[in-house]
Amino acid sequence: MNNRKQTLSTVLAYVGRYKRYLLLSLVLCMLTVAATLSIPILTGNVIDLLVGPGQVKMEGLLPLLLQIGALIAITALSQWLMGLCNNQMTYRTVRDIRVDVFNHIQELPLSYLDMHPTGDIVSRVITDVDQFADGLLLGFTQLFSGVLTILGTLGFMYSVNWIIATAVVVITPLSLLVATFIAKRTYAMFSLQTKTRGEQTGLIDEMITNQKVVRAFGTEGAVQERFDEVNQRLCQASKKAIFFSSLTNPATRFINALVYACVGVAGAVVSISMGGVGLSIGQLAAFLSYANQYTKPFNEISGVVTELQGALACARRVFDLMEQPVETPDAAKELAQVDGSVCLDDVSFSYTPQRKLIQHFNLSVAPGQRIAIVGPTGCGKTTLINLLMRFYDVNEGQIRVSGQAVTDVTRHSLRQSFGMVLQETWLKTGTIRENILMGRENATDEEMIEAAKATHAHSFIKRLPNGYDTLISEDGGNLSQGEKQLLCITRIMLALPPMLILDEATSSIDTRTELRIQRAFEKLMKGRTSFIVAHRLSTIQSADIILVMNDGNVIEQGTHEALLAKNGFYAKLYNSQFAA
Amino acid sequence: MKTLLPFLKPYRKECIISPLFKLLEAVLELFVPLMMAAVIDKGILQNDIGYVWRMGGLLVVLALLGFGCSATAQFFAAKAATGFAADAKSALFAHIQRFSFTQLDTLGAPTLINRMTTDMNQVQTGVNMTLRLLLRSPFIVVGATIMAFTVDAKVALIFLALLPLLTAVVVGVMRLTLPRHRKVQGQLDQVLLHTRENLTGVRVLRAFNKQEREIEQNQRDNELLCAMQLKVGRISALMNPITFLLVNAALIVLLFSGAWQVQGGLLTQGAVVALVNYLNQILVELIKLANLILTITKALACAGRVESVMELPSGMEDSSDPLLPSGDMEIRVQFDHVCARYEGAGGDSISDVSFTALQGQTIGVIGGTGSGKSTLINLIPRFYDASAGMVKVDGVDVKRQDPEKLRERIAVVPQHAALFQGTIRENLLWGKQSATDEELWEALQTAQAAEVVAGKEHGLDEEIEQGGRNLSGGQKQRLTIARALVRKPEILILDDSASALDYATDAALRNALREMPNPATVFIVSQRASSIRFADQILVLDDGTLAGIGTHDELLERCPVYQEIYYSQYPKEAA
Repeated sequence: MNNRKQTLSTVLAYVGRYKRYLLLSLVLCMLTVAATLSIPILTGNVIDLLVGPGQVKMEGLLPLLLQIGALIAITALSQWLMGLCNNQMTYRTVRDIRVDVFNHIQELPLSYLDMHPTGDIVSRVITDVDQFADGLLLGFTQLFSGVLTILGTLGFMYSVNWIIATAVVVITPLSLLVATFIAKRTYAMFSLQTKTRGEQTGLIDEMITNQKVVRAFGTEGAVQERFDEVNQRLCQASKKAIFFSSLTNPATRFINALVYACVGVAGAVVSISMGGVGLSIGQLAAFLSYANQYTKPFNEISGVVTELQGALACARRVFDLMEQPVETPDAAKELAQVDGSVCLDDVSFSYTPQRKLIQHFNLSVAPGQRIAIVGPTGCGKTTLINLLMRFYDVNEGQIRVSGQAVTDVTRHSLRQSFGMVLQETWLKTGTIRENILMGRENATDEEMIEAAKATHAHSFIKRLPNGYDTLISEDGGNLSQGEKQLLCITRIMLALPPMLILDEATSSIDTRTELRIQRAFEKLMKGRTSFIVAHRLSTIQSADIILVMNDGNVIEQGTHEALLAKNGFYAKLYNSQFAA
Repeated sequence: MKTLLPFLKPYRKECIISPLFKLLEAVLELFVPLMMAAVIDKGILQNDIGYVWRMGGLLVVLALLGFGCSATAQFFAAKAATGFAADAKSALFAHIQRFSFTQLDTLGAPTLINRMTTDMNQVQTGVNMTLRLLLRSPFIVVGATIMAFTVDAKVALIFLALLPLLTAVVVGVMRLTLPRHRKVQGQLDQVLLHTRENLTGVRVLRAFNKQEREIEQNQRDNELLCAMQLKVGRISALMNPITFLLVNAALIVLLFSGAWQVQGGLLTQGAVVALVNYLNQILVELIKLANLILTITKALACAGRVESVMELPSGMEDSSDPLLPSGDMEIRVQFDHVCARYEGAGGDSISDVSFTALQGQTIGVIGGTGSGKSTLINLIPRFYDASAGMVKVDGVDVKRQDPEKLRERIAVVPQHAALFQGTIRENLLWGKQSATDEELWEALQTAQAAEVVAGKEHGLDEEIEQGGRNLSGGQKQRLTIARALVRKPEILILDDSASALDYATDAALRNALREMPNPATVFIVSQRASSIRFADQILVLDDGTLAGIGTHDELLERCPVYQEIYYSQYPKEAA
């Protein structure tokens, strides 16, 4: 409950920026409701004038019609303006929230981002925000105008005739009852539908993604059988859910019709029994209009309430993300005069307290040295990268770069002193140029081309349709893995930072490109402190220090010869590579 | 609609009954104002209370009948829509399962999945809504007009003038907003794409300190989206006020001319009330109709996308008179001047490849990305067709063989280790349905996966989550190898499938494969020279052509491409 209150107050804070629109919208809403409700009354007055042949008072007609015309104009205008106000309020709030969430994401620690699937975060920023806006803002105005309409109608009805008004009031809760009855009944059916649909989507996802495997093993028949079974279940579940939920409208229409008949009969009876004094025909006509108008918001309100709850849940998910604690604040000092020495002093680190990884690790790297990180798959080689780049903070101990603790300098300056090429290449949607210039934004074209030549990327870039201005689609879809890697290296070549972190590719790159990449790496590494996640023997052998990792911890450390002589884990790894 | 409509055929009865009952309900609704007019004119004005009660009773009966009709309509609409969607989905799924690999490549899994799920759901909703409402709303609008004519022809002319105007407004606003809505959707996709990219590339972006620029870009994207939404909103906000204005302007005209008619004795008071009611009915239905058109437009777009997949001719032609290879063959696989080209590709992926693989041999396939390694091995189980030349398995052209029988003798371990939701046992049984537990364990042993399964709490009955999420990459790969071995295939194809294995496991696997009692002919595709070094024959591919064939030592001596590959991985030996 408290949680909900908190969500609401955050929502209000956002909407509050557009208080003017909100207030205006509410005023316009009242105006619309009042005008809409007055029209039937005036129409009734006109009808009362139409008593019979030769008895119509034409002189009374015109002013009434003029009044109706004015009310119509007011309603249309205020309806339109209200729509505009709601749009302003909704879309701007959505924009504000999206921008704020995005900004917040930029400051979230990687530990959060690594633990939460990208799809989930994206759906919060896109879908949830949309749903929240639709449900909460529009639902709210609907609710407001609905309540106003009901209250207004009640007021008008009681002011005209309390007997009929009471008759209406007694019947209407019926429609609410029916609607909630159906909603309750269908809830279980809908959850079954959702569950079965999820099951089917999972199956489709699995079988189509791996369709080639299905075909290779010739199991199409069995798969189709499984699909059809789920499909039939879904069909039955959907049929029930759709049918029963679609009864809501006819049921409320039925209640509506009852109200209508009730008003008609009660009105007529009152009118006859009181000799035309209690209720005029025009008033009866107005009542009949109200009977239609009045039940509508009732039917809507129950829908709006569930929608509001859903919207609030969406808002909660968005705000949850925005309330995640950000990274520890930066120190004020810039890391200057980087000589390339790196020192890890009694470092301990683990992602979760339950699973200890690096324990009391010490390493001293002199400027210009090469450090190869080796170990079997999944041994936690990337953990070291995470710590060096300060994507994660160590639990104990200290990392020093050029004699300064990394926690004492800004992340910006620390990261600037490292050049990082990951195995999982990542390129931004945009041109080749934009991607290379990520390394150094103010570089000239000559400098950029020079860097590309140095990494042997120039030759393939120049063959692309628009050269350096060729657009690359999301994640470099139109480039080969090797070309992507070359671009990532070019970025670093342009930046020329004093220290490097390189992640060698294991496979999937053709030999020619691989040779180029190797040469590019060599050129980059000259005179720079480099940390290499290594898969190639040549890289490993030429390293000054080899760190051997297993199960997340560094278990051996030394030169190639020293480690071989030790005849430990590294020696086994090395020998298995040649002894087939 | 040509390909999807036939799926509605079994539901012809439902498709007629549902709208029919909707119409009935609408007709009943249209009588209500007339009856109310009668209550006023005959009941109130002539002081006939009995008449009022009778009419009141009739109104309740009408309401009950209306509810019955509409419930019937909803039931048949739901039945037709869900049944139709289920049938169409089943057919679509079967259709996809007959696609050739080439088609699967060009269409891509995400597209196909979207067609099967989101799009089909929209189509189902579209069918449902169309059956329920498409006839109802226009019918009420037209019906109310006709009823107005029965009340008074002269005044009803107002209705006739109103209809085209209202139609023009509804259609006009739709026309103006639909393309703009599409643009807004495009911009929203842009925001989505940027957000996702920002998350997937978070390490690189932070390494380059690009947060500020990302924030700026996001702000720009969102500003633009907001501006576009406001623009469309301005137009669609006009719809309701304008229709309200039109209908109520008609009301004023109606009251005014009605007054003159009443004055002249041509119209009764009750009739005017009835006319006013008809006008209000039109207004209510118009709003519903506008929403319905939106739903249907969306559904039609989705249906179009589904149909584009349905209309693709499926698969490759199978031989009408399949030949079954006879008995044991010394020569397992033979390529005779084979070329293969992917659909839409400019050149051959492999060209003029010839080689022969004997029973029990290990064949290594090595070469760079795009050199045609995967293409070559995919031709053996006839996942793709050779564009020229002939691929023979057990002495018979694969095109002349029954594909099912052919693939039964071959087991492929794909590059991407794919396991399915279910127990480990269920997954392994894909290889051979009738395999015993001993056979499974034997295969696991050979695949170096026995320890993986033994380490699980439930052993073979351990549940694998969707996509094998609860297993590591190496574990998945070993299990997929075991799955292939369960089949005891004549031909085993490992398509770069040891890449997630460390060197030690890779080596142990190769040893175990060699020591199997009935050794299969094994094709090993790899980037690692160490994985294929001890093969009986190594095929070296370079840009689609066979650059060399022979043993490691032979190739190292005379094949420059092989030398290049080998020495890039083992430079020390070059010295």
